[in-house]
Amino acid sequence: MNTVVAGITYRALLGRRRIILLLLLPLGLIGLAILLRLVGSTDQRSALLLMENFAIATMLPLLGLIAGTGVIAPEIDDGTIIHLLSKPISRPVIAGTKFLVAASVLALFAAVPTYVAAWLLVRNEDGIAAGFTVGVLVAGIAYAAVFLLLGVITRHAVAIGVIYALVWETLVGGFIKGAQKFSIQQWGQAIADQISDSPFLTTEVTLGFAVPALIIVTVGSLFWAGLRLRAFSLTGDE
Amino acid sequence: MKIELSQVSRWYGNVVAVNDVTMTIGPGVTGLLGPNGAGKSTLLHMMAGFLAPSGGTVTLDGTQVWKNHQIYRNIGLVPEREGVYGFLTGWQFVLSAARLHGLPDPVEAARKALATVEMEEPKDRRVETYSKGMRQRVKVAAALVHDPPVLLLDEPFNGMDPRQRMHLMDLIRAMGTGGKTILFSSHILEEVERVAQQIEVLVAGRHAASGNFREIRRLMTDRPHLFKIRSSDDRKLAAALILDSSAGGVTLGPDGLEVQAAEFRRFAQLLPRVARAEGVRLHQVSPADEDLESVFAYLITRST
Repeated sequence: MNTVVAGITYRALLGRRRIILLLLLPLGLIGLAILLRLVGSTDQRSALLLMENFAIATMLPLLGLIAGTGVIAPEIDDGTIIHLLSKPISRPVIAGTKFLVAASVLALFAAVPTYVAAWLLVRNEDGIAAGFTVGVLVAGIAYAAVFLLLGVITRHAVAIGVIYALVWETLVGGFIKGAQKFSIQQWGQAIADQISDSPFLTTEVTLGFAVPALIIVTVGSLFWAGLRLRAFSLTGDE
Repeated sequence: MKIELSQVSRWYGNVVAVNDVTMTIGPGVTGLLGPNGAGKSTLLHMMAGFLAPSGGTVTLDGTQVWKNHQIYRNIGLVPEREGVYGFLTGWQFVLSAARLHGLPDPVEAARKALATVEMEEPKDRRVETYSKGMRQRVKVAAALVHDPPVLLLDEPFNGMDPRQRMHLMDLIRAMGTGGKTILFSSHILEEVERVAQQIEVLVAGRHAASGNFREIRRLMTDRPHLFKIRSSDDRKLAAALILDSSAGGVTLGPDGLEVQAAEFRRFAQLLPRVARAEGVRLHQVSPADEDLESVFAYLITRST
C-alpha cells in the first residue's frame, strides 16, 4: 500500500463526472426502495427481488467495472501511469494499492447503499440487509480484482467486462445452470444466503464452493495483475 | 553512471524496430539522432526499463534494467507522451514524484526542482491549464526531483517555444557539465548539435554513426551532393565541370544541369572558378537533396 499512489488514484477515480456515474446506480437502488415502501411492498419477497435483480445483478457488476478498470485503465491509456511506474516502488505494490482503492470505493458506493435499500424495506428482518451487504461487499472485492486485471491486460477492458458481467453472468447464467457456478454474483448471493435466515432466499451455489472460488479469483487476479504490471511495456507510436 | 547496450535488438512480429545496437552512454550529454520511425523511442524505452529487448542486454552500471524497479533511484525519465495528470497542479505533480521516491524532504526537493525549470510562478495552477512547453518543464522537474545521475528525455524540445527551448538546452548542457549522464532523442540535427557532446545516429533501427558533432557534421557534408544549376550556357558549363574529378556526373536537361558532386568542399570551390573562366553566368545553384532524410539515406547505404 502506497499512500501517494492511493491519493492520486482516488482523485482520478472520484474527480469530476465519474463520481456522478458512481452515484447514479446506488441512488437508483435507494430510490426504488423508497418507491416500493411508498406503494406498501415492504415484504421480504419484494426486498429479495430488488436485491437479487438490481443490487447484485445490475448495480454491482457495473460499479465493479467502473471502479475496477477506472483505477488503472485510463492511466494506461493516456500514459500517466508512467509517472507511478518510473519510481522505485514495486509494481505489485502499485497494483495492490489500486485494488484497495477500487475495493473501498465499491464498499462505499455498492455495499452501503445495499444496506440502506434493504433496511428501508424490511429493516433487519431475518438478516436480509446484513446478508446482502456482506454478499455485495465480498463480491465487490472480487470484481475489483478481476476488473483491475482486465484493465492491465487489455485496452478493451470495459467492453470485455460488460460482456462478462451482463452476457455471461446474467444471460447465460439465467439459462444454463452450470454457468451459474462460475459467476461472482452467485458467489455473493451464496454468502448472503448463509447470513440471512429468510426462507425465500435460495441459491444455486454452495458456500463450500463460493468461498474458495472468491478467494482464488481475487488473489489470483491480483497476483497476475502485479506480474503484468512488472512487465509493463511502452510500445511507442513508431 | 553508464548505460550499456550490448547487441540490443527489438522486433514486433516481423518488423524490426531496433537492430543489433551496441553503444555505451556515459557522463555528459548524448544526443540520439534519427528520422521519425528510426527506433529512437524504442531504444530509449529499453534503456528506461519500459520495454524488454528481444535480444541483447541493457544494463545500468552492470545491473539489468528490465523488470528492476530499483533502477529508478538513479534514472529520471521524461517520456514523450504528455503523461501528466491534468487534475493535479504543477506543485502537486512534482511533490507526488518526490514522495513516490521516498525522499527525506519532499517539499524542499519539489521546490528546488520547480525552480530549476523556472516553473515557480504557475506552480499552483492545474496542469491541464498549462501550455505544451510548461507541461514539458513540469515533466522535467518531476524527473529531476530526486537528483538522478542519469536522465533520459524523449524528444524533449517538441512543442516548446524558442525561449523555452533555449532554457531547457542550457539546463541540459549545465547538468551534463555537472557530470550527469544525459541522453535525449531528437530528429533535428541543429538541436542535437547545440546541446550534445556525443551524437549517436540511429537510422532504420541501426546504429548508423557515432561521434562528436564535428565528426557527424563532416560525415554529412562529405557525402555526395546533388546540385541543380541554371546558367547562361548550361552546355558549356557542363563540359568544363566534367573535366574535374570532384564532379562525378553531369546531366544536361531542359531545366538546366544536374551535377553529382563527389566531394562537397572541392566542388563548392570549383564551380565559381570554372564559371568565371568560361564566362558563364550562374543563375541558380541549389542543392537537390539537402533534407535530413537524404542524409540519413546516405548513412544507411554507408553502414551496410
